[in-house]
Amino acid sequence: MEPVIQIQGLNHYFGQGQLRKQILFDLCARIEAGEIVIMTGPSGSGKTTLLTLIGALRSAQEGSLRVLGQELRNATKEQQIQIRRQTGYIFQGHNLLHALTARQNVQMALDLQPHLSRQEVRERVEAMLCAVGLGERLDYYPHELSGGQKQRVAIARALVGHPKIVLADEPTAALDKKSGRDVVEIMRTLAREQGCTILIVTHDNRILDVADRIIHMEDGRLSETTIGISV
Amino acid sequence: MIFAIPLAWLQLIRERIRLLVAIAGIAFAVVLMLMQFGFRDALFKAAVRFHESLNTDIVLISPQSTALIAMRSFPRRRLYQAAGFEGVESVSPLYLSFGLWRNPINKSTRQLMVIGVDPMAVSISVSDTPHWQDAIKLADHVLFDAQSRAEFGPIPELYRQGEEVTTEVSGRKITVAGLFRMGANFGADGNLLTSDLNFLRLFPERNPGLIDVGLVRVQPGVNTKALARRMKAALGNDVLVMTREEFAEFERSYWEKSTSIGFIFSLGALMGFIVGSVIVYQILYTDVTDHLAEYATLKAMGYRDVFFYGVVMQESLILSCMGYIPGFIVSFLLYILIANATSLPVWMTVERASLVFTLTVLMCTLSGAITLRRIQQADPADIF
Repeated sequence: MEPVIQIQGLNHYFGQGQLRKQILFDLCARIEAGEIVIMTGPSGSGKTTLLTLIGALRSAQEGSLRVLGQELRNATKEQQIQIRRQTGYIFQGHNLLHALTARQNVQMALDLQPHLSRQEVRERVEAMLCAVGLGERLDYYPHELSGGQKQRVAIARALVGHPKIVLADEPTAALDKKSGRDVVEIMRTLAREQGCTILIVTHDNRILDVADRIIHMEDGRLSETTIGISV
Repeated sequence: MIFAIPLAWLQLIRERIRLLVAIAGIAFAVVLMLMQFGFRDALFKAAVRFHESLNTDIVLISPQSTALIAMRSFPRRRLYQAAGFEGVESVSPLYLSFGLWRNPINKSTRQLMVIGVDPMAVSISVSDTPHWQDAIKLADHVLFDAQSRAEFGPIPELYRQGEEVTTEVSGRKITVAGLFRMGANFGADGNLLTSDLNFLRLFPERNPGLIDVGLVRVQPGVNTKALARRMKAALGNDVLVMTREEFAEFERSYWEKSTSIGFIFSLGALMGFIVGSVIVYQILYTDVTDHLAEYATLKAMGYRDVFFYGVVMQESLILSCMGYIPGFIVSFLLYILIANATSLPVWMTVERASLVFTLTVLMCTLSGAITLRRIQQADPADIF
């Protein structure tokens, strides 16, 4: 079976002409379906750039990057959008829509799936918010929720559409130890249930144990480490 | 299920103050446009009230006449010549001039238009005074326009109280024998109607053989336009022949095209349009900028640019409707206020209301379209 994410000889550059600077160097990696992979590494090492490439938020420039069987180098705008729709994102900031309630924020992700009936949408949204422990706060606006609760809404939004891949960038950065731990546990449980692949970028040593595998990025180059060494 | 959540609406009502400012701004633009167009239409309408009150089918004037305020006279025998045409029922002359009216209360003088008609012919519509033709047959008796401006004195009130109102016009003593309605226009703040003989008494320098307007009544069943064409061909170049509608249009087009009035009011309306556009653009631009990170998030989730264009266009349409309604109500009330204060024929018409609504929607969608460029700057790669 083809891996969910397959990276081969991926190079990436920022800037143009004289200012052109290489960010990623000859990356190679495979992530299989159902794996939970954590990527660590210092700031500026290129972790987020790789994450945005995998999520089809940026166009791949050199080498090969296959996500869900789709080559993302020279992918069309429409192909990018299709990959984005099969990917759940959890951002460092929660990035919720302020004008919408928790329920509506989560629904925004499901509205992209036109085959669902109104009733199904409603049920899935409520079930997902209950699963992240916000069953009591369905109609709260983001400003009425705590940081941990907002991040949990964001997780619900990322997972409600049953994505094949979840990409998370520092999901616990703005949270205290307990909320951070809760958030990661929820991600792990839900991902296991839905059988999706998770790639988490983090500096947070407290959550490394959820990973099946840890990869390390430094100066735009990847290296594999085994669990336990960096803890 | 796309667009299942009314995002545009929810985002607009989230920022109450901004929404109120936007509505106030658009309403202001709507009022400005409705007022400018209203004034323009009212002035043009006022300019032809004289023409519309004439009880005639065909009108003869001098080719040198350009408007009611600049009438040249022409030989009366041309009118009698017209009377000889087949299909003509009757003809009657009309004299026009401007006289100085002395306010009987404070003795100040002011110019008004004096209309002299043949009291034997029903050449003009007068509804307020029965037997008005007999009344102006008396020497130096006139009808006073009840819709003249207040500066001429409280003549209608005095007359209705049953007092005999006497004053001077151009140095000659006259008596108000009744009232009629015409209203102020560009050239005259007030009007007097009297017989041709009284007219010549007031303006002894005028030659009775030279008239300002020739009125021709056509027999029932006769094609007025065709008759007017035949007269035109036969009477030669020293007289202009028109139907009453053409005469009104002649006056209207003078004010619209040969003066800057039409241009000035259209410019005023354009100002309203521009002010409104700028306000809507500012509001929408700020709104999009505030939501740029949110839009980028949605783009990362797989929303297409079209979705955001839809949101902005919906926002602009909602704004145009929400701004138009209060603007319309305020203008409606202002029209009533102005009509009462100026005796100008200002009122809301369906055409103008829909024209300004169209302009408002155009104004909002135009601003929305410019704002769309901003959305393309929402880069999902920036939010990680």
